[in-house]
Amino acid sequence: MRHRLQFTAKKLIRMALLLLGVSLTAFLLMDASPLDPLQTNVGQTALGSMSSEQIARLEEYWGANTPAAERYLGWLGSALRGDLGVSLLYRRPVPEVIGQRLANSLWLLVLAWALSGAAGLALGVLAGASRGRWPDRLVRGWCLLISSTPAFWLALLLLMVFAVWLKVLPVGLSVPIGAAAPTLAQRLRHALLPVLTLSITGAANIALHTREKVVDVLDSDYILFARARGEKHILRRHVLRNVALPAITLQFGSIGEIVGGSVVVEQVFSYPGLGQAAVAAGLGGDMPLLLGITVITAALVFGGNLVADLLYGVVDPRIRRGAARG
Amino acid sequence: MKNRRKNALILLFFACLLLLAITLAGGALSETASETNFAHKNLSPCPAYPFGIDWMGRDMLARTLAGLSLSIRVGGLTACVSAAIALALGTACALSGGWVDDLISWLIDLVMGVPHILLIILISLACGQGFWGVTAGVALTHWPSLARLVRGEVIQLCAAPWFRMSRRLGVSRGQLLRDHLLPHLLPQFLTGLILQFPHAILHEASVTFLGFGLPPEKPAIGVILEESMAYLTTGRWWLALFPGLTLVAVVALFALMGERLRLLLAPASAQD
Repeated sequence: MRHRLQFTAKKLIRMALLLLGVSLTAFLLMDASPLDPLQTNVGQTALGSMSSEQIARLEEYWGANTPAAERYLGWLGSALRGDLGVSLLYRRPVPEVIGQRLANSLWLLVLAWALSGAAGLALGVLAGASRGRWPDRLVRGWCLLISSTPAFWLALLLLMVFAVWLKVLPVGLSVPIGAAAPTLAQRLRHALLPVLTLSITGAANIALHTREKVVDVLDSDYILFARARGEKHILRRHVLRNVALPAITLQFGSIGEIVGGSVVVEQVFSYPGLGQAAVAAGLGGDMPLLLGITVITAALVFGGNLVADLLYGVVDPRIRRGAARG
Repeated sequence: MKNRRKNALILLFFACLLLLAITLAGGALSETASETNFAHKNLSPCPAYPFGIDWMGRDMLARTLAGLSLSIRVGGLTACVSAAIALALGTACALSGGWVDDLISWLIDLVMGVPHILLIILISLACGQGFWGVTAGVALTHWPSLARLVRGEVIQLCAAPWFRMSRRLGVSRGQLLRDHLLPHLLPQFLTGLILQFPHAILHEASVTFLGFGLPPEKPAIGVILEESMAYLTTGRWWLALFPGLTLVAVVALFALMGERLRLLLAPASAQD
């Protein structure tokens, strides 16, 4: 048990260091951008009509003349206390904006994550178990096609078919316009097309990788031996158990893909989620919000990796014992 | 029995030819692509204009071809740069070990921790958007997975008996690298390079679609699809359908080429 705790602590420290790196990288990139905090926030015309003292005071306010290192340390200090600054676009504290947007996005992300994982695993096992025959060819062809399709075009296609042509699903937004207290059914109806897009694109990747693993397992000596002994249920007893570890890696590793995909898909469906906020922040030069979203997203991804690492021990007794010994 | 090797080579040849033709045709058509003609606009696809006409009287076929050509060129440039970064960092990682290995591995984790789209947006912003912004963004985000692959491969090669023996026999580092490592890495590297293409093209299109990439006056696929959004609800389906469909075809062709090359170059699966 102590070793498990040590292992977790090590991973947590690594995660904290990575998050520090992400925030520093994002900060430096934004600092390097030619976007002038004054021009983007005040506007060219307003800036032109201001006196030089006013401009100087604004420059002081946004820290245009403070060195980058000092500003980063200042940001880091307040970020550790939970203060990520004020969003320039929404004029509200960044954690508040992110929290609200994330609550909207979470519907999409969780549904798409679960759906793509389940569908990908099922398709991958099906393809691997029938290697070379038509189900395998079909699944592989489908996955190749889908992984060559840009998520936003797939979203446009679904939108054209279901919302414009058949008129059965809404064109966009997360709730009907003007709905003060949306029902669960309304929310799900609006989330359906984005979730479908994200699941279809996400499942292809997982299916292809799962297939490779299933093929590897089926080629192994122990499967040959099991066959020679005339065992039944080889798929359930041997293949699924051995595919469990890579499947966990894939499932938790796909968080980044899903979040990245949601940035594009939310834009197509005008879904007021985290991804749309990221695009708005980038286009509008809202640096505090973009920085906050980057760090939160990275934390989600690293958190997923951490959970995968911890689950290995739960699923695989060898790793559990190996960790206890070392 | 069919000869898989020959089939794959024929496929590679024709795919290359087709892609080259698209690139050249698109390059030649880039003038036509932005020609406006308000005498006839909003035409749905017909024999004279198979991809239709948009709301400014521009021929969608010319626009699509020009966009694909641009995509292929940007994709090629970024895939080559990121594959070169991957090769350099991956080998450096494996050969030097110690803190260099730790640092580069940490960097790989770092880049992989932020969703590609978000990181490309950040880099593109840092470079002032436009062509160089999106090129730098895509090139600097796509190397980690290939670098990890190269690192693993080099570590494996260095542990091989014949490699250790030639090292003991006093073969110089440069010669080891040239005669023993690179020939073994080349197949992996080539496939990795070609398989970078689809990702690079798709990410370029996505970032341009979001408004952080190529400028709106360029006929890029991302720009075309972004503009078509405003006209979709009025039933002008051809503005989005054909440009997207051809992009999918081009990307799938690259993916297919990479996949075939991978099977061909790996001895265990060459006859599969």
